[in-house]
Amino acid sequence: MLKTRLIPVLLLKNGLLVRSEGFHTHQVIGNPVHEAERFNEWNVDELVYLDISRDNQYDSRRDDTKVASLTDPLQILERVSQTCFMPLTWGGGIRTLDDMRQRFARGADKITINSQAVETPALISEAARQFGSQAIVVSVDAKKTATGDYEVMIHGGRVQTGLSVQDWVGIAESAGAGEIFLQSLDQDGMAEGYDVDLIRLVTSRVKIPVVACSGVGRFEDYAAGVEAGASAVAAANLWHFKELADRAGKRALAKAGISVRL
Amino acid sequence: MTQSNSAPSNLTRSTPLNSSKTSVGIVDYGRGNLTSVRNAIQAIGGNAQVIGDPANIDNISHLILPGVGAFGEAMERLHHSGWVSALHAHAMVRRRPLLGICLGMQLLMESGTEHGIHAGLGWIAGTVSKLTSTSDCRVPHIGWNDVELVTNSPLLVGLNTREDFYFVHSYAVRPTNESCVTGWCQQGERFAATLQQENLFATQFHPEKSQRAGLRLLENFLAC
Repeated sequence: MLKTRLIPVLLLKNGLLVRSEGFHTHQVIGNPVHEAERFNEWNVDELVYLDISRDNQYDSRRDDTKVASLTDPLQILERVSQTCFMPLTWGGGIRTLDDMRQRFARGADKITINSQAVETPALISEAARQFGSQAIVVSVDAKKTATGDYEVMIHGGRVQTGLSVQDWVGIAESAGAGEIFLQSLDQDGMAEGYDVDLIRLVTSRVKIPVVACSGVGRFEDYAAGVEAGASAVAAANLWHFKELADRAGKRALAKAGISVRL
Repeated sequence: MTQSNSAPSNLTRSTPLNSSKTSVGIVDYGRGNLTSVRNAIQAIGGNAQVIGDPANIDNISHLILPGVGAFGEAMERLHHSGWVSALHAHAMVRRRPLLGICLGMQLLMESGTEHGIHAGLGWIAGTVSKLTSTSDCRVPHIGWNDVELVTNSPLLVGLNTREDFYFVHSYAVRPTNESCVTGWCQQGERFAATLQQENLFATQFHPEKSQRAGLRLLENFLAC
């Protein structure tokens, strides 16, 4: 039986791991390579790295770890993939097929595209044709509107698109996306649980797997994402601030009657 | 991870290696995530090289045939780059171990039905066809699923009879003689997740992405 995946999301900003709130507040919490090793030891299902840097400065400093300073996100990817024997998804700032190729060559199994996919939807179909749909994840940042609908936001949640989330995920699926990675600007960093209405809206619109993210504050929050139709449940901040986050998350899912890889 | 020393290989090598050290070649024919496979082999202490030129495999003890993409196009690429005869020399003449992963497993069969009927390498009798999609079981089959390991193939030494592995595929092999199937997976239907026929080994899942169980399987392959 296919298991529900439980996924840690690592946010990378200028070469450092950060926690995020509302897509704007980012606090440094650690070294990206060191964390990947820890998750590998925990035997997690999958790993998602999102590079949310806005400028081109990378600096992993020699802060609290023994990992040498890495100045380039591609170098970080290369190092991470050497210690990571689980599916690895890499996203952030990917605008061209060549950007994708460089990330696959350094060990990414899947890439996520977001702003550029909205601006040029043909990029999805071209990427799916070259690398296979299974490797192309479309990441969607949703924001609730005053009327209760959901709008697609791009460029780190700063730019409105006027596109409704349900229309956009349908377009992305027909273009050849293999998976949707769904984030909520409203829930990001709030630790109040997923926006289950948003998840249900997307999972009922597409047949491809949907990875739910944003809002998990307690391990018990994961199950609601699965009940809303998500094939995988993800979180970022929680993984850094709770001990044994993998075991405890899996146990909470199993307790809710969901089949997981233990 | 369970350790076991009972690894009697039932393989017969007609061409013994010059060195006792294994040397792993990863077939590069322009398809597949070769970096992941190489990283995994290196992590278990193996000496792995990605090989683009089929002329360079004489000193290779163990070949890995990875692959992502469509069956017909992959076979075409193998033919054009001269890999078909090199693979044949390694696996069928020298009888050295070969591991097919994902599409690499499917290519060992006689024919595939992805976008038309295409001839495969034809070393294992049977075909490749699409998984049946049902409302509960979406295709592509992506994620961790458990495999029931049914024989004591040297590839599976030290693994539990049921292990989770990571799958990403839409097609599966249908061997004519099921006795070569060493592991079964259930996803809408029962399909072969691992195979062995003498020195030919294959997995539909990605051992290089299947954490400890996957790394153990790769270690076992290097010991074959």
